[in-house]
Amino acid sequence: MIRETHLNLGIIALLIAIPAWALMADEPFIITLMTRAVVFALAAVGLNIALGLGGLVSLGHAVFFGIGGYAMGILAHHAQTYTPLTEWPFLLEGTKSMPVIWLTAIVASTFAALVIGILSLRTAGVYFIMITLAFGQMFFFFAISWSAYGGEDGLSIYVRNGFPGLNTLVPVQYFGLCLVILLAALFLNARLAKSPFGLALNAARQTPARVETVGLDPTRLKLVAFVISGAITGLAGALFADLNRFVSPTMFSWQLSGEIMIFVIIGGVGRLFGPVVGALVFVALEHLLGGLSEYWHIYLGILLLLIVLFGRGGIIGMLCGRERLHD
Amino acid sequence: MTDPILKTHEITRFFGALKASDAVSIDLRPGEIHAIIGPNGAGKSTLIAQICGSLAPTSGRVEFQGRDVTGLSTRARSRAGLGRTFQISALAMEDSVLQNALLGALGASGRPWRFFGPALKDSALREQAEDALTRVGLQDDMHKRTAELSHGQRRQLEVAVALTLQPKAFVMDEPMAGLGSGGSKRLTGFLDGLREQAPILLVEHDMDAVFALADRISVLVYGKVIATGTVDEIRANKEVQDAYLGEDA
Repeated sequence: MIRETHLNLGIIALLIAIPAWALMADEPFIITLMTRAVVFALAAVGLNIALGLGGLVSLGHAVFFGIGGYAMGILAHHAQTYTPLTEWPFLLEGTKSMPVIWLTAIVASTFAALVIGILSLRTAGVYFIMITLAFGQMFFFFAISWSAYGGEDGLSIYVRNGFPGLNTLVPVQYFGLCLVILLAALFLNARLAKSPFGLALNAARQTPARVETVGLDPTRLKLVAFVISGAITGLAGALFADLNRFVSPTMFSWQLSGEIMIFVIIGGVGRLFGPVVGALVFVALEHLLGGLSEYWHIYLGILLLLIVLFGRGGIIGMLCGRERLHD
Repeated sequence: MTDPILKTHEITRFFGALKASDAVSIDLRPGEIHAIIGPNGAGKSTLIAQICGSLAPTSGRVEFQGRDVTGLSTRARSRAGLGRTFQISALAMEDSVLQNALLGALGASGRPWRFFGPALKDSALREQAEDALTRVGLQDDMHKRTAELSHGQRRQLEVAVALTLQPKAFVMDEPMAGLGSGGSKRLTGFLDGLREQAPILLVEHDMDAVFALADRISVLVYGKVIATGTVDEIRANKEVQDAYLGEDA
């Protein structure tokens, strides 16, 4: 068995080494693929806080991914067409600045997660899965019918948005930006898991009755986890849209919610680097097998089946065994 | 006589046509252990649920520290100082023993909204948690995973979590359940000293423990209190013998 911290450091090394190699070998496509994996990983880190720590099986996390995507799309669309978002009650212009776009994505997805969380957490189990799925479908069909922003066709952004001091059009620079954000999110996630809030949330997942008898509110703990989770996935959505310079209703689709969940399950539910491993494996399979057959998902399905049947802790669980206790 | 800390006023609870609690009036006075006994299905758990707030009585009221708490949630009652232990251990099995005790201390502190510093490094919480674990004799097992504890140790941990809350009154639902005679004796000894800190409402099947500990006993049969009194009074009560204790008592 490998120590989990060692494995995690190895994964970070891989996240740096592969793009470094690609840079020297002049393989910009590999860097773009790695950026895709890192952004997916960030979305899944978000879900892992709700799913792994809070035990909330959300099949609607594409809502936040899509909101982040449209936050970018709408702001950049107005900026590139030189039209204001609104003139009343005050003039609001679009922007091509990534920090502003990210902040908008985080604020919007936080708000959405709060509303969806309050309504969904009235239920549990299968009903929670269904209600989050239903919210996902609502946003999906809303985006399809929102003709002001491209409707079914989505929005194309011609030039990637800017970040002060960087040329984001250079693949490796954009990759570096995304990687730093992912590592920051992982750091926050690690601290969160050990914090008093994390302790209470962990207990709320396992034994809500106990949490209540010590005077805490398990539902409120889960709601806060859901909101933090949605905010991170929303930020990932903005990065994803900027990577593709395109946003469309598929970012809201339930298939995407499912994929985010698959990243977490393949890597290991509740494991810090589980989402990263899952996203890397997914993108690798998509790239390697996608070239062989359009139906590569069948292999993904087999892998998922094997992991769920034989390795409940995902790939990290198989390599490292059970999670060590904090001390 | 001192005012009771905890009191129920004729609480009645129907489940459909079944009267699970029938005008139950009991009280818990400072410094005492008041045991509730009764055959299976007598409504002991229903009574506990109404006292702790997970079930609302159909009629009647619950008073805690002179205040009507009938409308309050489980959470509010715990914050007011009601420390409960569960009949079936409700512990976070994947977490360490220390983490379970820390959860109690965290609840008592009322400050769970801290997202950054590690809970295990919070010296105030940790001191409270370690102190409670030491008192129940789990100081050497603090860093074990809770799932690895024996059944008896889990019962001890249940009590430790309640201790971290520093409650004004304990409500213990069969703390001895499933303990061997050794474990049962040890816990009896511990509870004996605990009454000085806060009185205990004790629901228990283990008659040796009840007779050793209780200052007063109430006997519940078909949801009704048929007798309340000292150990000797209860032993001598004809009605209790017929209904419950049987010929061997």
